[in-house]
Amino acid sequence: MFYKETGQFKSRYKDELAAFPLFEDKIGIGILCVLTFLVIPMFGLPGLNYEFAMGAIMIPCMIFIIMTLGLNILLGFAGQISLGTGAFSGVGAYAFYKFITIFPDINIIIALVLSGLVSAVVGVIFGLPSLKIKGFYLIVATLAAQFFLTWAFIRVAWLYNYNASGAIEGPNKEMFGIIMIGPQSAGMTRYYFVLVTLIVLTWLASNVIRGRIGRSWMMIRDMDIAAELIGIRPLVAKLSAFAFSSFYIGIAGALMVFFWLGAAEAESFDINHSFLYLFMVIIGGLGSITGSYMGAIFVWVVPVLIKEIGKSAFGFDAFVMENFSTILLGAMIIIILILEPHGLARLWQIAKQKLRLWPFPY
Amino acid sequence: MKKHIIGAAVALGTLFSTVSMSFAEELLVPHLTYRVGPFAANGTMGANAITDYFTMLNERDGGIGGLKVNPEECETGYNAQKGVECYESYRGKNPLMHIPNSTGITLQLLQKAPEDEVPIFTMGYGLSAAAKGETFPWAFNYPASYWSQMSSILSYIDSETGLKGKKIAFLYLDGGYGREPLPLLDQLEPKMGFETVRIPVAFADSQNQGSQWLTIRKEKPDWVVMWGWGVMNITAVKEAAKTRFPLDRFIGNWWSGGHVDVEALGMKAKGYKASNFTPAGRDFPVVQDVIKHVVSKGLTKTEPDMPGKVLYNRSLFMAVVMAEAIIEAQKLTGKANVTGADVRKGFEMIKLDEARLKELGFEGFTPVIGSCADHEGQGSIFVQQWNGKDWEKITDFIPPMTDIVQPLLTEAAEAYKSDKPGWKTQNCS
Repeated sequence: MFYKETGQFKSRYKDELAAFPLFEDKIGIGILCVLTFLVIPMFGLPGLNYEFAMGAIMIPCMIFIIMTLGLNILLGFAGQISLGTGAFSGVGAYAFYKFITIFPDINIIIALVLSGLVSAVVGVIFGLPSLKIKGFYLIVATLAAQFFLTWAFIRVAWLYNYNASGAIEGPNKEMFGIIMIGPQSAGMTRYYFVLVTLIVLTWLASNVIRGRIGRSWMMIRDMDIAAELIGIRPLVAKLSAFAFSSFYIGIAGALMVFFWLGAAEAESFDINHSFLYLFMVIIGGLGSITGSYMGAIFVWVVPVLIKEIGKSAFGFDAFVMENFSTILLGAMIIIILILEPHGLARLWQIAKQKLRLWPFPY
Repeated sequence: MKKHIIGAAVALGTLFSTVSMSFAEELLVPHLTYRVGPFAANGTMGANAITDYFTMLNERDGGIGGLKVNPEECETGYNAQKGVECYESYRGKNPLMHIPNSTGITLQLLQKAPEDEVPIFTMGYGLSAAAKGETFPWAFNYPASYWSQMSSILSYIDSETGLKGKKIAFLYLDGGYGREPLPLLDQLEPKMGFETVRIPVAFADSQNQGSQWLTIRKEKPDWVVMWGWGVMNITAVKEAAKTRFPLDRFIGNWWSGGHVDVEALGMKAKGYKASNFTPAGRDFPVVQDVIKHVVSKGLTKTEPDMPGKVLYNRSLFMAVVMAEAIIEAQKLTGKANVTGADVRKGFEMIKLDEARLKELGFEGFTPVIGSCADHEGQGSIFVQQWNGKDWEKITDFIPPMTDIVQPLLTEAAEAYKSDKPGWKTQNCS
C-alpha cells in the first residue's frame, strides 16, 4: 500500500535512469537526509548520551560505511577477495598524516583525496597478483600486503615523523577558518564533514557501478573468461577495481584516524580490522550499496549497544559485556548467514517486496 | 508478527530509557581495564585492586566527602584504539579523571585531555615528559617517570659494581611502553660512560625469546635491564636461568617485578631483581581493611590470595592517589561534587608524605608530593629480590638522578609541544 511502483509512469529516459526512480524512495531518502543533517546533530540518538551517540556511533558508523563500500566494490562487484583492507586503510591514514605535516597549509579535502590516491596506488601494486591468481591464492597475496604494510607502519619511523610514541596524532588544523581536525575540533564539524564525504562517495560509487567500468567489474566477477571474450580487458578491470576500492578504503582510513580517533598506532590497521570489514561486507550483502550501509551499521552498532545496555541497564561488568558482545556478534553472523546468505541487503529487498503488497497480500 | 514487532519496540524503548537514567549524584572515575587479552593476568589484578579500594571507601567511609565513588570500568584489552573508544564513551558524564592503564593509550589521550578538561593520571607508566607540569597541566605520572626510574636503576648498578665501562643489555617490549626510556639512554650513555645493547622483543615473540638471549650470551653484558610486561617477563627470567645468566645481575623495572612474573618458576628464579615503589605484603592496614570490608564480604571477584601481591598493592596505591586528588579538590572547592578541572588542581596539591601514608595505612610506600611544576613527584624506588618464595626488599629508597633527568625531561617536554600549535600550557611561577 505504501510502497508501490504502479501508476508511476516515466515519460523520459532520464527519469527511468534516476538514482531513485520511485517516488517513495525519494521520500525515504529525504527523511534520511533531514534526520542526518538536522535531527541527529541537534538531538543525538534517542536514549543515548549526545556525545556518546555522535562520537561512538554516528561518526564511526559513517566511516565504516565508506570502508565497507570500498571493500564491497572489490569483493562484491569485482569478485576479488582481499584481506588487506586494514592495511590499505592504514596507507590512507599515514599518507594523510604525512601530507598535513609536510605541507601544513594544505587543504584538508585535497589531502584527503591525495591520500586516497596514494592508497589506490598501493592497492594496485598489491592487486597485481590478481591477474594470475584468484580465490584462496589471492587471499594469501593480500594477506602478505596486510603483514608487510603493518610491519612498515611500525618499522619505518619516517611514516610517523619519528614520534617517540610511534603513533600518528592529528594536529589542530583549520579549513575555511573552522578547526576541522585535532583535539580542538568540535564533534559537530567532524560529523558534517564525514557525512558529506560519505554522500559524495556513495553518489560516486553508485554511478561508477552503474556505468561501463562497474559493468566490466561485474562481468569479470561472474565469469572472467567470458568477459575477456566479449572484449573486457581483465588487466584494466581488475586493477581499476583494486584502485577504486583502495581509494575508498584509504579515505576511510584517514577519516577514521583524524576525524574519529584523533590518534592511532599500527594496531588500528591490523588483520583483525581486515576481518571486521570483511564481516561488514558479508553481513550487509555482497554487491550492494544499501548492503554496505546496513552491514557496517549492524556490525558496528550492535556490539556497542549491547555493551552499553548491559553495563548501564543490567549492571554487568565491562569485560563480561566485552566478551559477551563478541560472542553475540559471532552468533548473529552465523545465524544471518544461515537464514539469509545474501546478507541484510537481501532481507531489505524481501521486506520491500512484502511492503508492495501490504496489507493485502495475495 | 505485528505483536512481536511492537513488543520488540517496547522492549528496546525501555532499555534505552534505562540507559539514559543512569545519572546520579556520584563521583565518576572512569576505569580503563584489560581483563581480556594477552595481558589479562596482570590487568585483572590491577583492575580488581582499584575497584576494591573504592568499594572499600564506599563501604567504610560512605565514599569520599559523602558521595559514593563509581569506578566505572571500560574494557580495552590493552588495545589503544579500544582505549580511545572507551575515552569517548565517558564524554558528557562528568568524568573526574582518566586512568588509561596503558602507555599506548596514554599517548593518544594526552592531546585530548586539555580540551576536555579531564586530568590523566598514569602511575608508573605513560609519557615521561608529562612530569613537567608547566607543559603538561593535565597529565600526572606520580610517583616517578620511567626516566626517573631508569636513573634510579642505573644508580643502583653504580653502587653495586660501578657503571663506568660497563655493558648493559636493555631488553624491552617493542611498543610505546618499552621504547619510552630509549631517549634517556641515548643521552646518558656518553655522559656516564657505559654502553648499552638494545634488544627489542616484539609483542608476538613475548614467549619466544631464544634469539634475544642468544644475543645476550654473545654480547656478555654485565647487567641486563628489562622493560617487560605480561608473559614476556616470565619467559625472560626462564631464559636467563636456562642460559645461566647470573640472575642477581638481571633487573626488571617495576612492571617486571610482580608475583605472576616469577611465582611459577619458584626457586629457579631465585636472585632475580626488580625495582618497585609499592612493597608487597598483607600486613598493611589498608590491605587488611580491603580484606575486611570488601573481599571477605564477597563484594568483589578478587580471589582471597590476591591482596598483598605486588601488582595488587600497586593498584591500591594508584587508587589512593586518585582518592587523595579528589579529597584535595573537595577541600579546595568546598563542595563534594567536583569536576575534572577541580581534580586536576587536587592532583597538584597532593601531599602523601610519610605521616599521611601512615594515616591511610600505606606506611613504607614511596611518598608522593606534587606541585604545579612537578607532576611526577620525583619519587624514589627500591630494589627487591626474589628469594624463591616471595619478593624481599633489599635496598632503601633510591632517589632518581634529578640533576640529570630533569633537564632532559624539560627538553623532551619542549620537543613535544614544538610541533603542536595551540598546545595549552600553564605558568607555575
